[in-house]
Amino acid sequence: MIDSPAKLKSYTENLSKNSKPATTILVSLGTCGIAAGTRPINDLLKSEAASRKADIEIVEVGCMGLCHSEPSIEVVNNATGKSIIYGKVKVEQVPAIIETASKGIEAASCTVINRSWFYPEENETATSEKIQARIVLKNTGKINPEILDHYIANKGYQALSKVLFDMTPQQVLDTVIDSGLRGRGGGGFPTGKKWAFAAAQKADQKYVLCNADEGDPGAFMDRAVLEGDPHSVLEAMAITGYAIGSDTGVIYIRAEYPLAVKRLEIAIDQAKKQGLLGKNILGSKFSFDIMIKYGAGAFVCGEETALIHSVEGKRGEPTVKPPFPAIEGLWKKPTVVNNVETFANVCAIIRNGAAWFKKIGTAGSPGTKVFALAGKVKKVGLVEVPMGTTLRQIIFNVGGGIMNDRKFKAVQTGGPSGGCIKFDQLDTEIDYESLKRLGSMMGSGGMIVMDEDDCMVNVAKFFLEFTLDESCGKCTPCRIGNKRLYEMLHKICDGRGTRETIQNLKDLSNSIKDTALCGLGQTSPNPVLSTLAQFEHEYLAHIDEKRCEAGVCKKLLKYEINNSCVGCTLCARNCPANCIAGSVKQKHSIDQSRCIKCGVCMDVCKFHAVDRK
Amino acid sequence: MSCPIKSKAELAKLSPEKAEELDAYLTSLPLTEDRERNRGFLIQSLHKAQEIFTYLPSVVQIHVANRLGLHLAEVYGVISFYSYFTDKPVGRYKINICTGTACFVKGADKLVEEFQRYLGIKLGETGTDGKFSLTGLRCVGACSMAPVVMVNDRVYGNVTTKMVPEIISDCK
Repeated sequence: MIDSPAKLKSYTENLSKNSKPATTILVSLGTCGIAAGTRPINDLLKSEAASRKADIEIVEVGCMGLCHSEPSIEVVNNATGKSIIYGKVKVEQVPAIIETASKGIEAASCTVINRSWFYPEENETATSEKIQARIVLKNTGKINPEILDHYIANKGYQALSKVLFDMTPQQVLDTVIDSGLRGRGGGGFPTGKKWAFAAAQKADQKYVLCNADEGDPGAFMDRAVLEGDPHSVLEAMAITGYAIGSDTGVIYIRAEYPLAVKRLEIAIDQAKKQGLLGKNILGSKFSFDIMIKYGAGAFVCGEETALIHSVEGKRGEPTVKPPFPAIEGLWKKPTVVNNVETFANVCAIIRNGAAWFKKIGTAGSPGTKVFALAGKVKKVGLVEVPMGTTLRQIIFNVGGGIMNDRKFKAVQTGGPSGGCIKFDQLDTEIDYESLKRLGSMMGSGGMIVMDEDDCMVNVAKFFLEFTLDESCGKCTPCRIGNKRLYEMLHKICDGRGTRETIQNLKDLSNSIKDTALCGLGQTSPNPVLSTLAQFEHEYLAHIDEKRCEAGVCKKLLKYEINNSCVGCTLCARNCPANCIAGSVKQKHSIDQSRCIKCGVCMDVCKFHAVDRK
Repeated sequence: MSCPIKSKAELAKLSPEKAEELDAYLTSLPLTEDRERNRGFLIQSLHKAQEIFTYLPSVVQIHVANRLGLHLAEVYGVISFYSYFTDKPVGRYKINICTGTACFVKGADKLVEEFQRYLGIKLGETGTDGKFSLTGLRCVGACSMAPVVMVNDRVYGNVTTKMVPEIISDCK
């Protein structure tokens, strides 16, 4: 039981005094690492290290953010502090890695990855190679999320101790307001202000609600934090509780994240046992308890009023604001709703002060932002950069450029509520305002890169299909308006669109924006409006020339066999519709009336004899 | 039928062990006379019930409603709202094709077509023999391996249409 700040201090000091093994090997065991096959490597590392009686400790950590190179491991020499990161590790490479680990040299024939991030809290600064700054992801990939001591040894619970014994709730509020921290879930509302609203309310009960319902398809930042560093969120929630005068926290997490749920449960249990959560935290008068509530698959529950209804066990339908949740939220009590990444910033701000935080990022958007970089980019992964970094740096420096060296077409940020950004806007320094000016938004941090093979009309259609699926159906503009938008896009993709369709798309989109009830509805036409603004020529090509530049819209495609055909019969044998005719060594032909335009013939042909028109 | 004893008896006809397991879970909840407060436990109760019964047939819904003191309509309203819950039986192998944005740009739609063709069922359906169900899901967060297909708990990454027969034959 750690029941005083002095005890926490001595406990932390003891942890640092404990003799460390010569070498620590960190094994990335997040969801993607496990899916890529890290478990057998982890097992072998352990058995190899044991059988050689090597002075090596194997630590299972969360996601390092190197999704493109999973399974990944990091070998840290504890004497020198130097580390080597290996990517795409194979089981047969394990003995060589163990062999070289204690010598501090790189194992032969393994893929070594250069660290592209720095730690502002360790007084590191940016270099041309290290443009990522890790505050939120400080511990993910470095500590075992299931061991509380690892967290405590890395400044864990010091921020909570500081606020409980050295700060008044008002000072905490002032620090967070002064830091300029803004909500990382999408809208970018100033976090401190939100807290202050709730703090000003007089009520017998207030709640701190953590939004871990990461619904944006293609975004996984919050999952990485919860899987890799759950205590940082718990600690921040307790700090919020102290600031606003609440003793109860609720984490609303999506059921699709079983590993994150498990690690959160473990973390809550550990913190309670050590007196870091629960009654009289660290021996103070402050008590704070946290419970977990599960989502059940509804994108709209990321909207705070909908989320509150879902926690109450109702259908996750949003209600009109005001009243804002900070005034009347969960069970009609004042409630602060913040998302995981926002909370994950709080402890660092308290530890280092508002001035430190403001030095990172831009004036209007201090701090960093975590992005889930995915799509047609070489290095898919989690990226945490200071606000103000350009999209070009993220995609081409950190992300390594476009896969298969295709041409970049657009990057989509903000998920289904965001928009697409073109090549000539890549030098924009990103923050909340600049993305909004480009017709997109920060959103929760999904960043999907698209190349010349992606049709922008089809992309807009994809997002509309998503919104249709996820619309709760409460308000008409969203329920019916989006359906009509979807139908119009469908028409254009099928080659049945006219110039009038484009005008109708614009008019209806603007009406939905103005009249929908909640954030989901108001932003749902963004993918349409932004692709129309940036890629109108693609829409027009579909309409005027009945042509899909990217070769995606099936109704507008035609496959034909050219004179390079040697009659190998491969296409005919692979055609699922059996519509390719021709005998051996004769030029084949496709029966257009039966062709389903799946493109298999083109994929299998070794002689480039199939044309797509 | 609003009596929990009767609805439990009905449920036991489906499977006495499973009925007991669900009832024990509901008993472990700190339920009160306050319907509004009890409602806060509804979603987790339904998660548990679906975990036990694999789907939520009406007898299960009725029993959960009775124990929590809610109307069946309220329970059904919640089930039909959230995509995670289903009141139709699912196959022994749940084939989930990720249709999140990253998988979409890497060709998840082609996989959907191929699985539909290969299994002869549409997205959202279960085969008549009860072996396979085909569903789409939004992002498992393994975007580096897009497109991704999940069969029960197993994740397949970088899936191509050619791998479809292989994935199906893994389901034995």
